[in-house]
Amino acid sequence: MRVLADSDRLQGLIDSLCGGIDRVITSKTTQNDTSEGWALVGVRSRGDVLAQRIAEKLGPDRFDGRVGTLDITLYRDDLSEIGPHPVVRTTEIDFPIDGLNIVLVDDVLMTGRSVKAALQSLMDLGRPRRVWLCVLVDRGGRELPIAPDFVGFDLSAGSAAALSPGEQVQVMLTPTDDRDAVMVFTQNEQEGANLD
Amino acid sequence: MTEQLKDGYQWPHRHLLGLEELSAQDIRFLLTTALGFEGVSTRSVKKVPALRGRVVVNLFFEDSTRTRASFHLAASRLSADVLEMAGKGSSVSKGETLIDTARNIEAMGVDVIVCRHHHSGAAAQLAGAVGCSVVNAGDGQHEHPTQGLLDMLTIAKRTGRTDGFDFAGLTVAIVGDIAHSRVARSNIYGLKKLGAHVILVGPSTLLPGAFADLDCELSHNLDEVLPRVDVLNMLRIQFERISGQAFPSVREYVTRFGLTAARLARAKPDVLVMHPGPMNRGVEIDSAVADGPNSAILEQVANGLCVRMAALFLVNGVQG
Repeated sequence: MRVLADSDRLQGLIDSLCGGIDRVITSKTTQNDTSEGWALVGVRSRGDVLAQRIAEKLGPDRFDGRVGTLDITLYRDDLSEIGPHPVVRTTEIDFPIDGLNIVLVDDVLMTGRSVKAALQSLMDLGRPRRVWLCVLVDRGGRELPIAPDFVGFDLSAGSAAALSPGEQVQVMLTPTDDRDAVMVFTQNEQEGANLD
Repeated sequence: MTEQLKDGYQWPHRHLLGLEELSAQDIRFLLTTALGFEGVSTRSVKKVPALRGRVVVNLFFEDSTRTRASFHLAASRLSADVLEMAGKGSSVSKGETLIDTARNIEAMGVDVIVCRHHHSGAAAQLAGAVGCSVVNAGDGQHEHPTQGLLDMLTIAKRTGRTDGFDFAGLTVAIVGDIAHSRVARSNIYGLKKLGAHVILVGPSTLLPGAFADLDCELSHNLDEVLPRVDVLNMLRIQFERISGQAFPSVREYVTRFGLTAARLARAKPDVLVMHPGPMNRGVEIDSAVADGPNSAILEQVANGLCVRMAALFLVNGVQG
């Protein structure tokens, strides 16, 4: 196991994500698109924490209080293969998403299947104007044509910090975890518990 | 999934036959899962793809309106295909046995059989004979597990106990025809496991003393226990199951056990009134009470959908 980012570094990554999102929102609203609403939606079970941290940093007014949580368990395409059932929890999006710019937030992007499930789930809730993808870590290893709009830490093949194929990334975020960190395990250290 | 690995819990049951076989943790896990399904029924697209490509069969040998509809809708909302089978008008009336019927259905490639049958133990017998999952939708006078679960979900939601589904300190009275009631049995098993105190109330002909063995308090006097209870679950008088005379007259039953507005006024002001349906209005419950602010009867129906979605979802995930 090695630590790729400690708590200071991770806060820096979140700050850079916030900066990117803030710039896009600002540029869109100055283009006389003031009618456009924005919302932040985090994917359980680390993306929601990350979304909260981003919302705190940018201030709730940036999204008019529209910060939600998406549980994608029922939309996963590997339900029958993973054997024992994952825990189904609630999706908490208490605002209509029709016509909104939605920033979808997840901790680690790998195959893209979680994002596909999240998109499917979002579309069943309404018709957003545009969905943006914000990830703390891009691990690489895509199995679907999905690309992020905002990336905190690029670990995909070809990047400076590229991982070797067997390595697994785990993001820890307070308050869900006891500290902030991005860590890398080899497959032997961790038995495939980290899904995308 | 991470939470699940943390405490090492995994839903272990391929069938849902009764609450007697479930642990407190199983019940809490299923009810928590049911909460996760709540949002599906209120949004514009009332469907999730969790059971896409699976087949659920409703095999009902007994009349049912809401349970059958509820299971059908629950399966549909999980994107499963649903096949409706009735005992009447099928080959059962030509002399085929329950097991043969089920095996034939199973041969068509079915994943879950939801079964209601007039014989106690029918669902368990079915589960032993087929390879697919079996969900008991009521077997004779034995159990009706999803009804018990939806009653508990209703109680938890109305009393603010959805966090840990801990019913300690809660007193629930189940009133009426206990002897013939599978709803009562499922409620007793479930409520006791979650820590509630259960009082069974009814005339001695409909409340055998043996029920004391289930660690319940027995009473033949509703007025006596009324001030102590937090929840009143009024059971239907099952005229079709009562042979001979269980009580002198319906009027006498109403006088002693019917939940009238006057009687409700003597209970705690926030007492929760439930009824599994279908109601005999004016017998075990008065219209004024059934439609009043203490009543959770329609919430029970709504919660039934979430509970059945959770049940179908969970049994489907356990391989045989």
